[in-house]
Amino acid sequence: MFFRMITGAFRRQWKKMLMIAMTVALGASIATAMLNVMLSVGDKINEELKAYGSNITVVPRSEAVISHLYDVDETEEQAEYLPEETLGEFLTIFWANNIVDFTPLLDTPATVNGQEVPVVGAWFDHHLAFVKKGTTYERNTGIINLRSWWDITDGTWLDEAKLKGDRYAMVGQKLAATLSLKAGDTFTVATDHGTETLTVTGIFESGDDEEGMLFTTLSTAQRLTGAEGQYKKAEVSAITSPDDELAVKAAKNPDLLTGDEYDLWYCTAYVSSICFQIQEAIPQASASAVRQIADSEGKILEKTELLMALITLMSLIGATLGISNLVTSGVMERSAELALMKAVGAKNGQITRLILTEIILTALVGAAVGYFMGYAFAQIIGQRVFSSSIEMSGMVAFLVTILVIAVTLVGSLPAVRMILRLRPSEVLHGGH
Amino acid sequence: MSLLELKDISKIYGNLHALDHVNLTVDQGEWIAIMGPSGSGKSTMMNIISCMDKPTTGQVIFDGRDITKDSRRKLTEFHRDKIGLVFQQFHLINYLNAVENVMVAQYYHSMPDEKEALEALERVGLKDRAKHLPSQLSGGEQQRVCIARALINSPSLILADEPTGNLDEANENIVLDLFRQLHKEGTSLIVVTHDPEVGEVAQRIVRLEHGKIASDKKNEQFAE
Ligand SMILES: Nc1ncnc2c1ncn2[C@@H]1O[C@H](COP(=O)(O)OP(=O)(O)O)[C@@H](O)[C@H]1O
Ligand SMILES: [Mg+2]
Repeated sequence: MFFRMITGAFRRQWKKMLMIAMTVALGASIATAMLNVMLSVGDKINEELKAYGSNITVVPRSEAVISHLYDVDETEEQAEYLPEETLGEFLTIFWANNIVDFTPLLDTPATVNGQEVPVVGAWFDHHLAFVKKGTTYERNTGIINLRSWWDITDGTWLDEAKLKGDRYAMVGQKLAATLSLKAGDTFTVATDHGTETLTVTGIFESGDDEEGMLFTTLSTAQRLTGAEGQYKKAEVSAITSPDDELAVKAAKNPDLLTGDEYDLWYCTAYVSSICFQIQEAIPQASASAVRQIADSEGKILEKTELLMALITLMSLIGATLGISNLVTSGVMERSAELALMKAVGAKNGQITRLILTEIILTALVGAAVGYFMGYAFAQIIGQRVFSSSIEMSGMVAFLVTILVIAVTLVGSLPAVRMILRLRPSEVLHGGH
Repeated sequence: MSLLELKDISKIYGNLHALDHVNLTVDQGEWIAIMGPSGSGKSTMMNIISCMDKPTTGQVIFDGRDITKDSRRKLTEFHRDKIGLVFQQFHLINYLNAVENVMVAQYYHSMPDEKEALEALERVGLKDRAKHLPSQLSGGEQQRVCIARALINSPSLILADEPTGNLDEANENIVLDLFRQLHKEGTSLIVVTHDPEVGEVAQRIVRLEHGKIASDKKNEQFAE
């Protein structure tokens, strides 16, 4: 009978029910999309921001001390190098998996055709194999990923694995124009330590100073500087957790932390704890966060999440108001019918249960539709904004169901109050 | 033994005395017509008898029990067990068919029982219309479904407020015949009407005027 009354009501008020389902579907779809994006956005944004370069730089310790103490210009610093073997240590630290990419850099002034040219040696897509205590760590890493925004306007990336030898270069667009170089050309670069004849694999557009530079393999740069087996600086791109109070406290001095705080800090992927671990692994190095980028990452993440949470909240409030409106007018339309039920003995609880069952069933249908719409939204947001797909989490489906039920119940409160107030005598005998 | 006793009942809206110190005793099995002009307090009295409204002062004794002090919830239960209601506007649920409309009363009383509901429809001569929706029934037929619904839980009293107000003469006669039959079977009936023809067939006629009982007498023409 209960079932029969519900199906009957559905058939009678299908337009209203459809509106309720649509209202819920809209709210649920936005909640689903936002919550899913929010859950996977941490990684997405980090991936996105990684495209804007490294967030940790590693330099020799003495150089770091000098520049910190005297604030001297880089050109005035005495050349100090780190041994190339230390690069493998990045793969051994606690947060090694959060280190997405890194490259050594070795720069030197040089001349090409009598013109001053800044030359930078780097890894492009270098295969690194590092053995420590019997364990082999392997990784392909280099500036191909660290400069993912480079636009190759001519030729290709310098592919270390495919090319024979190491005498190759990638030339920034501006420099290539002044030197009239194009992909496939060979040219000679000279320093105090010797000359190298290099082939251009590609010309790149970067939108920054690097367009005026020449990038070559690390080994070529080492010969040009006479710094065999060494590098000046390493750029590291790591996925980090946004800084909080603990991170700020630790950044000042890790020794001031209590034991528990230290453990928590060490085992959280703060940029400061990753730097600390790099210095533990490479004692002669100093690792520091590239502040602006590391901070803005955390801030953008927080702001984006806040924005999404707000959108979710607004859509839920909107759905609540919409449902409240629809359910109340639905009950008003049916007041004679509900009063009659009271007159034949229905208790308030029974009528409330009948109405709520109808509404919640409708809302759940709406929620299911909304969930799939939300799936689509999430994918569109993922593709448009983060250029990747968004995984749908079961937790979100559960959460959205709970939210929809809560929204429906809250939205039905005014209608329930109306049911409680409904006086069969007034409705049934009214008007005569 | 008296089934129902109204003791000094008043119902006051603002300074309007819809019922003004009314006393009335109804015996088991009696058929009473309550008559009076519009606004004389008939519906107000019905609502108080049917426990859908409370008097401002006075007592309602039903089956020896003072129900004026009961909670709303208790009243609902009491009313559900003791009273069957028939309305001028029928008030059928329009998406349920005839037998289902009867079953709604069973559902909120105890358990829906289709066989019993069909028997109730048979009593009002509508067995073959059981699966029709209210919109597919004539006014008279709808009112008979209402009567079947009022009967289904074997109430001690049937209260009808202008039951023939929306019916033509032929259908009015069918309904009155049904009342006669119910009366014979021993059901107590209180029928509110301003239609003399409907009043005149009752056993006893109570006239209300301005919330007061103007007259209360046995109907001489009443035919057993
Ligand atoms: N809920 C109410 N509020 C105020 N006045 C009411 C209310 N119900 C009925 N009345 C008034 O009480 C008087 C009696 O009404 P009612 O019992 O419906 O009369 P009848 O049914 O005899 O036409 C009328 O004057 C009516 O306007
Ligand atoms: Mg009336």
